[in-house]
Amino acid sequence: MNKKSKVVSYNKWGYIFLIPFTVIFLIFQLVPLATTIYNSFFENYRSGLTQIGPNFVGLQNYGTIITNGDLPTYFYNTMVMWLMGFIPQILLSLLLGAWFTDPSLRLKCQTFFKTVIYLPNLIMASAFAMLFFTLFSDSGPINSMLMQIGVFKEAYQFMSHVWTVRTLVATMNCLMWFGNTTILLMAGMLGIDPSLFEAAQVDGATSTQIFYKITLPLLRPILIFVMITSLIGGLQMFDVPQILTNGTGDPMRSSMTLIMYLNKHLFSKNYGLAGALSVFLFVITGILSLIVFKFTNSDKVK
Amino acid sequence: MKKRIVSLLVLATMTATMFAGCGGSDSATTEAPADSAATETADAEVAAELPADTGKVLNIQCWNDEFQSRLKSHYPGYEEVDATHGKIGDVEVVWTITPSTDNAYQNNLDEALLAQESAAADDKVDLFLVEADYALKYVDTDYAMALSDLGITDADLADQYKYTQSIVTDSNGKLKGSSWQACSAGLIYNREAAKEVLGTDDPDEVQAAVADWGKYNETAAKVAEAGYTMCSAYDTFRVYSNNVSGKWVQDNKVVIDKNIDKWIDDSKELVDAKAEDTDDLWGDDWAKGKNPEGKVFCYFGPAWFFNFCLNADDPASIAGQGGWGYCVGPQSYYWGGTWICAATGTDNANLVKDIILKMTTDKGILKDIAQQDADCVNSKTVLAELAADDSGNLDLLGGQNPYKQLAEGAEKVDLSNISAYDQGCNEELQKAIKNYFQGNATKEEALDMFKKAVVEKYPELTAE
Repeated sequence: MNKKSKVVSYNKWGYIFLIPFTVIFLIFQLVPLATTIYNSFFENYRSGLTQIGPNFVGLQNYGTIITNGDLPTYFYNTMVMWLMGFIPQILLSLLLGAWFTDPSLRLKCQTFFKTVIYLPNLIMASAFAMLFFTLFSDSGPINSMLMQIGVFKEAYQFMSHVWTVRTLVATMNCLMWFGNTTILLMAGMLGIDPSLFEAAQVDGATSTQIFYKITLPLLRPILIFVMITSLIGGLQMFDVPQILTNGTGDPMRSSMTLIMYLNKHLFSKNYGLAGALSVFLFVITGILSLIVFKFTNSDKVK
Repeated sequence: MKKRIVSLLVLATMTATMFAGCGGSDSATTEAPADSAATETADAEVAAELPADTGKVLNIQCWNDEFQSRLKSHYPGYEEVDATHGKIGDVEVVWTITPSTDNAYQNNLDEALLAQESAAADDKVDLFLVEADYALKYVDTDYAMALSDLGITDADLADQYKYTQSIVTDSNGKLKGSSWQACSAGLIYNREAAKEVLGTDDPDEVQAAVADWGKYNETAAKVAEAGYTMCSAYDTFRVYSNNVSGKWVQDNKVVIDKNIDKWIDDSKELVDAKAEDTDDLWGDDWAKGKNPEGKVFCYFGPAWFFNFCLNADDPASIAGQGGWGYCVGPQSYYWGGTWICAATGTDNANLVKDIILKMTTDKGILKDIAQQDADCVNSKTVLAELAADDSGNLDLLGGQNPYKQLAEGAEKVDLSNISAYDQGCNEELQKAIKNYFQGNATKEEALDMFKKAVVEKYPELTAE
């Protein structure tokens, strides 16, 4: 009996510290997830001031979403705009990360630049989108500049061409997130044992070789993290295209993302259809994350 | 260390501006003090005889301070306490102002009305305001009281324009709201451009040049030749959509009227000929025509539009130089206006009745409103008086008195084909058809897009 009092057990603290996360996760994530799935089996919306439902309709909502054929289009739009933003973003971040962490370059004002590249992320996405909307409107400053230097004879309608709208969305996402990615990758690069770089330099490796043979392979865990979080963020892309296109996803909904489509059901408070759509999104996100994870981890398995 | 301070400072400023953007939402939700000695009168069947008012609080739901300022300056006995509170006698007036942006006003009103029965007597909505585009959504339910139940008779409302009443008449033919405004609208033309293109800026002669859509399109072609843009295709939408031959939704099916179809075809032709553009209303591109160098021939709008939306205070604008003229245009239509509805379950029925009667039928008050606030009021007599003398002459219209045309237009507006789905259908059609105007889709594809969007908004409808 006395024995017990002499040994102090710290194990319980582990569980105690986990409580806040678990409670928040249960209330704000697991419960909504379950109710979303539950809601997806009901017809439940409001027409004017009349509430319709909830009536149990089984899988009818899922059927509606599959048969109207919109989901693949919006999935394609989302992925195209994500890739258009993510590829330049990761390249830029790798380059900047490598420069910032390379001691032989001795870059000046590092803290200043690190802060500056992170700044776009602090602006609200909607404010950023409004800014771009104004800049690129038909009588906006970009158009008047391009007309004055003689690139265009009359205003180019940026907002009514498929690829200019997509490019604008991708550019904004890239600008907003490359700072964040750079910081993450730098953390990963600084975690690599400096003796490895020194050894490589002693062996006469060029900086390109060091980057490809040492930095990249050892950066893999961080890269996977960056890719998966960015993928999930990309699938949830909403605010930038929503504000830029005023919720229409024009031209012809070619820049409408999955979440913008989900948002369309908000007007009639259509919990049933929106629930079913969210379940599809959940499954898609899960599958894609698994693919990225497997794909980037395949070497280790071998 | 210095570096860190610098970056911290930069971060701090950025964050501060970010939060500055987040704050200050306009919605002012107000709570009524909960001292209720009031007895429930909710379910009492009211005929012409109204029960005595028991409410101590008059709750008014609205989306801006327009009605508040009208009440303040024209309703006898209204005293302002602060921005969201007032007093009439010993009844406290509580304003709940929710902006209409992103449907917020309607979402808020929906919840308030749905909770009406269970709400405490002092929290019940007594009065709410609606706009025409969605009036039927509220009027065609039991949440709005029939004016006849308040003891307001047809004789009281005889001086109002017919169209202002058809907007708020429910499917059983009961009138459920009343407005102090009659926003008949017309064509506001740039006098300078009219002289250049048509050789005259006389309202009657310009009217002859745009008297119907055929003539309007001919004039538009001439306007384009002279280097002007007629207007935006979206300026003319309401003119066509007010003159449809059937409702948007018939037997739960979306029907595209032939006048809407005509708008699409006419506008596409004019847009292709560069006689009209496709700028969205209220945007910067659209607003450029308010100044002479914008080279826009006309806008479409009612009295509030030329009084408040043409930048008359700016001496460089056309309005500042008195350079606009007004005529009825190809077809009569209306734009805007606010209707007052009484909420079922109000415990201040007599006060509500009095506010509606005074603010929308009292000729003295209406004339004051017209002269003080430049509203085009909902009274045939008052408009006729204003048209008859010079007090209606407006500087921004080059001294023209528009009241004759405004009154004439208001008589002709016919809104028997309004439906509860108008707001959604009109918005989605204009958005979808832009793709066709700009050449990104065929007409069929754009219309399919429209149907898809409407069914998303109103799941109970079919479009095919």
